[in-house]
Amino acid sequence: MRELVEQALREGYFQGIPPEFVYAGAMLLTAFAVLSFFVAPLAGVTSWLERRVWARMQSRVGPNRVGPQGILQWLADGIKNLLKEDLIPAAADRRLFTMAPYVVFVGFLATFVVIPFGSQFIVADLNIGILYILAVTSLVVVGILMAGWSSNNKWSLLGGMRSAAQIVSYEIPAGLSVLTIILVTGTMSMQGIIKAQGWAPWDWLVFYNPFTFIAFFLYFTSALAEGNRTPFDIPEAESELVAGYVTEYSGMRFLFFFFAEWGNLYVIGAVAATLFLGGWQIPPVTDHPLLKGILEFAVFFLKAYFWVFVAMWVRGTLPRVRVDQLMALCWKYLVPLSFICLVGTAAWVLVWPQGNRAASIAMFLLGVAILIRFSLRVGYQIRHARPELYLKPYI
Amino acid sequence: MSAMNEATAGEGAAFQTEDMIINVGPQHPSTHGVLRFVVRTDGEVIRSALPDVGYLHRSIEKIGEKVTWHGFVPYTDRADYLAAMFANQGFCMAAEKLGGIEVPRRAEFCRVIACELNRIASHLISVGTFGQDIGAITPFLHALRERETINNLMEEICGARLTYNYIRIGGVGYDITQETCGRIGAFLDHFELIVDEYNRLLSYNKIFVERLVQVAPISLEDAFQYNIVGPNLRACGLRWDIRRDIPYSLYPELDFDVPVGTGEKGILGDCYDRYMVRILEMQESCKILRQSLRMMPKGPAIAKVPRKFKPPAGEAYIRIESARGDMGFYVVSDGSEYAYRVRFRTGSFTAMGLVEKLSRGIMVADLIALIASLDVDAPEIDR
Amino acid sequence: MEAKEIWERLEEKFSGRVHGFKGDVFDPYLHVEPQAAVEVCRYLRDDPGLKFEVLSDLTALDWPKEEKIQLVYHLYSYTHRHQIVLKADLPREAPVIFTMEEIWKAANWMEREVFDLFGVVFDGHSDLRRILLPEDWVGHPLRKDYVEQEEYDGISTQRAPLVEKLLR
Repeated sequence: MRELVEQALREGYFQGIPPEFVYAGAMLLTAFAVLSFFVAPLAGVTSWLERRVWARMQSRVGPNRVGPQGILQWLADGIKNLLKEDLIPAAADRRLFTMAPYVVFVGFLATFVVIPFGSQFIVADLNIGILYILAVTSLVVVGILMAGWSSNNKWSLLGGMRSAAQIVSYEIPAGLSVLTIILVTGTMSMQGIIKAQGWAPWDWLVFYNPFTFIAFFLYFTSALAEGNRTPFDIPEAESELVAGYVTEYSGMRFLFFFFAEWGNLYVIGAVAATLFLGGWQIPPVTDHPLLKGILEFAVFFLKAYFWVFVAMWVRGTLPRVRVDQLMALCWKYLVPLSFICLVGTAAWVLVWPQGNRAASIAMFLLGVAILIRFSLRVGYQIRHARPELYLKPYI
Repeated sequence: MSAMNEATAGEGAAFQTEDMIINVGPQHPSTHGVLRFVVRTDGEVIRSALPDVGYLHRSIEKIGEKVTWHGFVPYTDRADYLAAMFANQGFCMAAEKLGGIEVPRRAEFCRVIACELNRIASHLISVGTFGQDIGAITPFLHALRERETINNLMEEICGARLTYNYIRIGGVGYDITQETCGRIGAFLDHFELIVDEYNRLLSYNKIFVERLVQVAPISLEDAFQYNIVGPNLRACGLRWDIRRDIPYSLYPELDFDVPVGTGEKGILGDCYDRYMVRILEMQESCKILRQSLRMMPKGPAIAKVPRKFKPPAGEAYIRIESARGDMGFYVVSDGSEYAYRVRFRTGSFTAMGLVEKLSRGIMVADLIALIASLDVDAPEIDR
Repeated sequence: MEAKEIWERLEEKFSGRVHGFKGDVFDPYLHVEPQAAVEVCRYLRDDPGLKFEVLSDLTALDWPKEEKIQLVYHLYSYTHRHQIVLKADLPREAPVIFTMEEIWKAANWMEREVFDLFGVVFDGHSDLRRILLPEDWVGHPLRKDYVEQEEYDGISTQRAPLVEKLLR
């Protein structure tokens, strides 16, 4: 994109304007385009998908009226919420109350700058890419605390406190797992990490050594906790705290929080795909730049979205952990485990600086074996559930 | 009131902390009806949780003195709308005892079938909402799916899905047809396998188990002192079931087990035991249903009872094993066509008396689990 | 143990303070003097031959013609599987009796309910306040001569004025 702007400047399109403004303008325009045409529909469609996936798991149907298969449900919800009365509790802290959703939103939105959708398809390839993501997603804590405190409601306060404790704690295993990967690749830039992997599954970083394998699951669990998803959705525990820190919010402000949550799911999936699963790498089937770009985008999108689907799957299946169990899990189990992964990977890199291909292939086969065992188990459960008994209506 | 006026002195020399007073309810997604708890917490740990009941008080007992004996039967449904058949049966048994009416055998079988189906439905709701309160949203909907079938069956039997008014003085309101019996059998074939599915999905789930074991155990001593009945009492280890120990209706002829809490995964009498007892009881109800469907004779479905039912003066105390435990009916008659006093003694009322003692020292999340595990039901408490 | 035997045991221990045994009804009962009720219940709970561990029910009957409120205690024993009913007659104007709370904790809530609905005052109760009705309710509904108050919190409790208001 930089080349495009430079070319335009060279050809004399923007005569009287200083070049910094042109760059800034182009940046803003791209950000706007990405936001409106990619991020907003993405978060919206994720919300639709979550409701459908949930519903099918609960033997219901889910939204299927608005648009084909209900895919425009999020638009209808968004419009409805925009038209709602803007309620701010009388005793709430107005400024904090109104700012909180935006802080949370910014915390998730700013990460899209470094998400690598394709080899040419990244807004800004910062050389501290992954560190930037970790830093910016911590803004969410501030927003949640603001929401919990300013609502002037004890339930919201409890929810905000729990959330702050949870997110701050789970930063550590997440960060350490990411650090494990950085140790292997030697670079924090997102494109650099992807380029250090190959397109074949055994070249992915998740199968690099047993420690990164474990680090992947540690990262995914910690990211779920950071995103306030079940089984760690205590801050918005519906059955305990009504709605936790968003209790007093209504209308569009309410939707902003959930927008951020669903979009954050995608960011989790994207980071997982980038760091561990090879990103946009595709087998060298074509040289045509447009086709290659589309294929890379599709591959990345699918890899990231698969983990979004897994997060929804987990949400529909598992109950919630209690706050003290959550903290115990983080500090007593995940943090030591992530330290072990880190030290183990460091030792591995010392011993085999170029990587151990045999070990990678062995880990890949192990991964495939686990997947097969899992599918067999799912098949067993499906067979024994006797769905034909309740697919027929009874009376 | 004395508990609420304790000084809120802080703990520890360095910090001066204050207790927070929160209201759980009456509008709350998970207090099983309209209940309110005034909870004093120190952060997440509860110091005391005082229940405040009475939001659903409809003075059923006063209404009993104003309507005729036959006319009161629909009101008994509302005493606990999730397990309405049992309340029906208790009152009708009391009236029959006072009036010296004998219920025909086929009517007894219809009663048993209706009651056990209702027991399964009530336990499904209990287990499902328990899962939902802990955060597992899916089993709740699966439980409701099964309950839909039961509701359809009940609709076939008596025309209503929730408040049945099916068991009348002298028998039952309508006979159960052969076709309905066939459908009940088909439902049982399907349901017995579904309970295994719940176990795989919810009961043995590690997170679920960790949330429930060692939370608020009730010792047997406490259970006697506070008069805890039903599955809660059985979870404390005492194998006591009115259907077996003070038998009524047809239960002496039916063969079923009484599941007891074993404390294998935690302390005896904790939330997990109370949950498992209900799952196992559903399976026992299936057994009872199969036997009664097989043994059902032909005959009339209701005895001849005069329109203006006037039992001779006297009093009767009937106990039945409702879904929530031993429901006692103390009915006093003075010979007129209105009852002199109708008293419902429900298990949830006395269980609420125990909540304050159990809630000290547990966390807010555990309080929700505790209420759900005691399976309290607001209409039963307030009547 | 049969009810008759329980009655005999009680009569010999508390002669004069228990009377009026009726054995030929569905649930045999006996009357007990209000002042001695707590002692009798403690004996019934603790004596190994009787062992009434649970207080099944604590309720009241209002007999306006005989000017008394009759408290009814249903006791049950899990060990021996027998039950007995105790009745205590209290004067209707000022019904006072000592609480059973120390013997069976279940009495705590049940006595609050009887206080709420009948107006019986329980001496020594740790927390005697209304349980089912709001704190500022006037009157005791389950009494036979209860007349509902005209208004509660500014809303009429009679049907006619409310209907009028709606139709307006």
